[in-house]
Amino acid sequence: MSEWRLYEVFVRSKHGLNHKHVGSVHAADAEMAMENARDLYTRRSEGVSIWVVPSDTITASASDEKEVLFDPSEDKIYRHASFYKLPDEVGHM
Amino acid sequence: MYAQLVETGAKRLKTKEEMSPEELEFQEKVDAEIKIEPKNWMPEGYRKTLIRQISQHAHSEVVGMLPEGNWVTRAPNLKRKLQLMAKIQDEAGHGLYLYSSMETLGADRDEEIEKLHQGKAKYSSIFNYPTLNWADMGAVGWLVDGAAIVNQVVLQRTSYGPYSRAMVRICKEESFHQRQGYQILLDMMREGTDEQKAMVQDAINRIWWPALMMFGPHDDESPNSQQSLAWKIKRKSNDELRQMFIDQTIPQLEFLGCTAPDPDLKWNEETGHYDFGEINWQEFYDVLKGNGPCNRERITTRKKAIDEGAWVRQAAVAYAEKQKQRANAA
Repeated sequence: MSEWRLYEVFVRSKHGLNHKHVGSVHAADAEMAMENARDLYTRRSEGVSIWVVPSDTITASASDEKEVLFDPSEDKIYRHASFYKLPDEVGHM
Repeated sequence: MYAQLVETGAKRLKTKEEMSPEELEFQEKVDAEIKIEPKNWMPEGYRKTLIRQISQHAHSEVVGMLPEGNWVTRAPNLKRKLQLMAKIQDEAGHGLYLYSSMETLGADRDEEIEKLHQGKAKYSSIFNYPTLNWADMGAVGWLVDGAAIVNQVVLQRTSYGPYSRAMVRICKEESFHQRQGYQILLDMMREGTDEQKAMVQDAINRIWWPALMMFGPHDDESPNSQQSLAWKIKRKSNDELRQMFIDQTIPQLEFLGCTAPDPDLKWNEETGHYDFGEINWQEFYDVLKGNGPCNRERITTRKKAIDEGAWVRQAAVAYAEKQKQRANAA
């Protein structure tokens, strides 16, 4: 089956939630990928919507680039709400 | 266990001083319970061991459909038939989750399946035993899936991310298998004729020892199990898992009103575990080498399915090609 293209499968489990990556399937075309994904990943009503995406069209960050890529956000603690201490009297904000 | 005797290529464990900086960083990540993902650096031995273990596991799921397939047309009623088909469909799904996670390591699915067909890759010894009566479907679900669950629950914490996530999915679905199996036996013991009750005991007598063999040989000082444990591919030893399985299964066996074919089986107050007799290891190795009651039949059936389905796969590719051309022309 490796001669068939690989598709990554994303399933929206409930209305209002994001599609989430669940795995992959091989298929001759996108339509078959959709049917295979339904059979493989939603046998117990796990989803209300499916995306199938050819794996070779995904651009991913390399894990060894982690430091370079995410470094700029590491030292900006003032971007988090918890950085700003408020007096107790102010209450919940 | 669905993977028995997995070769790691290790002669002995490396000390931290002997590791390269990359190996050391890798080992520290594993020790800190940080999951290894496909694009992370990993030792070649780790990659190869995982490919062997996951492919064995996947092959076991796929071959595991065959003993049950034998009973689809013979199930006693429509309800049981539907349940059995759902279980078999799950096994196919489990095989596919596992092949997918194996492919993230750079292995090729067709090549690994070809190795199975050539007898170069193993699958669990349990599926080389025949399923002779309807109670076997109950005993397989309860004992074989039960043993698989004990192993797989622990494997949810395995160090390789995609394998671990496949295990989480599989475990969610597997408990239906075990319950439906136990319920088949329970119904037969509660409402069955004497003959049907005897079928239950007969099925347990035949499947008991092969189910215990699923966990693989005794723990030893072998570099393979030590390396797999150090890499956290395996999380518990074969003997620990086997003991867990026996301890949780005996009360269920007693509730059924059946016995295990093991005169040495008894509760040990001191250890808080059941003692049990020695497994016939000669039989285990014979079956693993390909000389079990059904080894040849299983592989022949698998090959036939692949070969006779070739035209379907070719037609699907031709159809997809034609659709693409039409879309381009339009």
